Amino acid sequence: MHLTIADLKKGEKGIITDSSSKDIPLKLLEMGCLPGNKVHLLQLAPFADPMYLNVNDSFLAIRKETAALIIIKKTDE
Amino acid sequence: MSKQINVALIGNPNTGKTSVFNALTGLNQKVGNYPGITVDKKQGVCKLSRGVKAHILDLPGTYSLNASSLDENVVIELLLNKNDKDYPDVAIIVSDVENLKRNLLLFTQIKDLKIPTILVINMSDLMTRKGISLDIELLETKLHTKIALVSTRKNNGIQELKLLIENYKTISKESCLDISSIDAAYFQSLQKAFPSQDVYKLWLVITQDANFGKITRQELDISKFKTKSNQELKRLQQKEAIKRYQFINSILKEGQTIDRSKATGLRSKLDRLLIHKVWGYVIFFWILLTIFQAIYDWATVPMDLIDTTFASLAEWIKNTFPDGGMVTDLVAEGIVSGIGGIVIFIPQIAFLFLFISILEESGYMSRVVFLMDRIMRRFGLSGKSLVPLISGTACAIPAVMATRNIENWKERLITILVVPFTTCSARLPVYLIIIALVIPDGSIIGLNYQALTLMALYLLGFGMAIFSAYILDRVLKTKHKTFFVVEMPNYKLPLLKNVIITVIEKTKTFVFEAGKIILAISIILWVLASYGPGDKFNNAESYVETTAQTSYERNDQIAAFKLEHSYIGIIGKTIEPLIKPLGYDWKIGIGLVASFAAREVFVGTLATIYSVGSANEGEQIDTIKTKMGNETYADGTKVFTLASGISLLLFYAFAMQCMSTLAIVKRETKSWKWPILQFIGMTAIAYICALIAFQFLK
Repeated sequence: MHLTIADLKKGEKGIITDSSSKDIPLKLLEMGCLPGNKVHLLQLAPFADPMYLNVNDSFLAIRKETAALIIIKKTDE
Repeated sequence: MSKQINVALIGNPNTGKTSVFNALTGLNQKVGNYPGITVDKKQGVCKLSRGVKAHILDLPGTYSLNASSLDENVVIELLLNKNDKDYPDVAIIVSDVENLKRNLLLFTQIKDLKIPTILVINMSDLMTRKGISLDIELLETKLHTKIALVSTRKNNGIQELKLLIENYKTISKESCLDISSIDAAYFQSLQKAFPSQDVYKLWLVITQDANFGKITRQELDISKFKTKSNQELKRLQQKEAIKRYQFINSILKEGQTIDRSKATGLRSKLDRLLIHKVWGYVIFFWILLTIFQAIYDWATVPMDLIDTTFASLAEWIKNTFPDGGMVTDLVAEGIVSGIGGIVIFIPQIAFLFLFISILEESGYMSRVVFLMDRIMRRFGLSGKSLVPLISGTACAIPAVMATRNIENWKERLITILVVPFTTCSARLPVYLIIIALVIPDGSIIGLNYQALTLMALYLLGFGMAIFSAYILDRVLKTKHKTFFVVEMPNYKLPLLKNVIITVIEKTKTFVFEAGKIILAISIILWVLASYGPGDKFNNAESYVETTAQTSYERNDQIAAFKLEHSYIGIIGKTIEPLIKPLGYDWKIGIGLVASFAAREVFVGTLATIYSVGSANEGEQIDTIKTKMGNETYADGTKVFTLASGISLLLFYAFAMQCMSTLAIVKRETKSWKWPILQFIGMTAIAYICALIAFQFLK
């Protein structure tokens, strides 16, 4: 099982390794959800959905179902 | 010689694009429509030196040229069509200094269309505070453009921007990225198939067609060329995005330095509070209460003023102009009251949009969406549907207009369709009189039955709105896949100028677009109530027996008799068989028909029909109540019983009886289809509920 953005806990960071799922909206890719870019999970709405992220210096909120499609590896810094 | 330069203003949402537009054009702007779609077309004129004018088109905000909504598609359709009269001589890309990287993605796409492009870097006053420094000269060379550092807040850089527009011919048309580099073989064959066309343009047409189905274009028809599956196209688009970011990153590495230690923590501090799991909701509901208070309470002061002004104006016309003439009556009772019925809504609309534009401008609205999305999603609504639903309790008209902020068309349509179920203030007078008439005056555990009924009606309206949204979500089909990506913009102090322009624009839209229809229907209703066929209407005086004590009473009786035999009275009698199963007689029928002008008319119409027209207002309610209470059928049974009362309450709760709302729904959905469906659907629900209630309670 791959780690995805949906697995991040509040305050955790990661680096995107794969965002090629066909169900990821193109808009999200163009906003910077691309391999190699950093993700920082800033806050969660109740029931952990939607998720509030900083990706590629953009601040976004996406639904958990979408977050679960973006594969990452965790980083510490 | 006057020359005009066509300028297209393009940019990501939340970059202050509208502020730049307002700064360039001032109040020299007008809002129109793109044919056939619900997107506002904002245009304005900016005077440059030596009599040159710039015609500025404020295009809908978009993150990229790969459109995901119809709004965004407007941008592409314009830029792909060189024959369009609005095709830009020069494009201005508005970007936000804090988000330059992402903003530049769109910039590189526009450049690749070989349109001369000016890059506006907005909010430049924040640079030092955010620790950002830019090498403008280097950026201009590498991006083949001219840059204007602008701060709409501090009013800096606008003159420089105007100068750049004037000299647009000096701007390079060189592109940023060679699109063929993402798949050489594919683009080669594409070029070979259409040797006269620009390959990037072709690529945009192909990807747009994949997103939106075939759109007919005069200039470019490439429907025959298709060698890739949608899946492969998407992969190429991802590759394109990666390439563009590589290009942008390599330039920003040299041209931009950010000292992160200087970044202020305002965002995270406010976010911690405003989207807190408890406080976030508390604050939001407090804000809603304030808005509700404003439209429900504060707006009544100007509304009463408008009401009395128009009433005395009508009175003055009647007394000043030739007596009894048809023209005088038409002007006084049809046109003046019709216009009054439009103007009366202005305070509520202005208040609502004052608040909404402040919430939007400040960046708070995105936080509301974030907080409410999960809950509203279950019902096919969006986090943004909540504000319209709540403001619908004051009036459905501003509420329908407020749905503009919902980007997703399906969610917006559902919101528009269900908003009129919420209990608007016009239902209140009707509820009050019927409740007073049929609900016993007692209490249970300290709660008054009548108050409980009123509260139940409010809850019922809201519940019905949510429930029908849930049904509509399952029934309606849309062409587009819905997805949810919301940008969480920086918090900003709203600019007064932008707020005021929004309020004026929304109010104007209402007055001129919906107003036309409202006025027309008012006049029709007036004609129906003021004329009738045959002798009984025209010689009412000779038919009414003189049982009255005073001339006032006699006049009232004549008026009632006339109304009974007017066209509207005939309509009331005609629909009687239809409304009989609900427990209503033809008099209530007239009230129902007249209510179509606006629900509150019900009480006034009943006043006329029970011939109490000339009693003064406070007295009037009591008198109607007594008269209605005593009203009986021929066999002596009462007209207003618990059964018929509840039935009438339910009918008013659910029926679509407001032409103003229908007019605004028509304007917002750009078609008669939705208001007609809404009218039929809601009235059917109302009829069935009222029927069941009456037959059950009878």
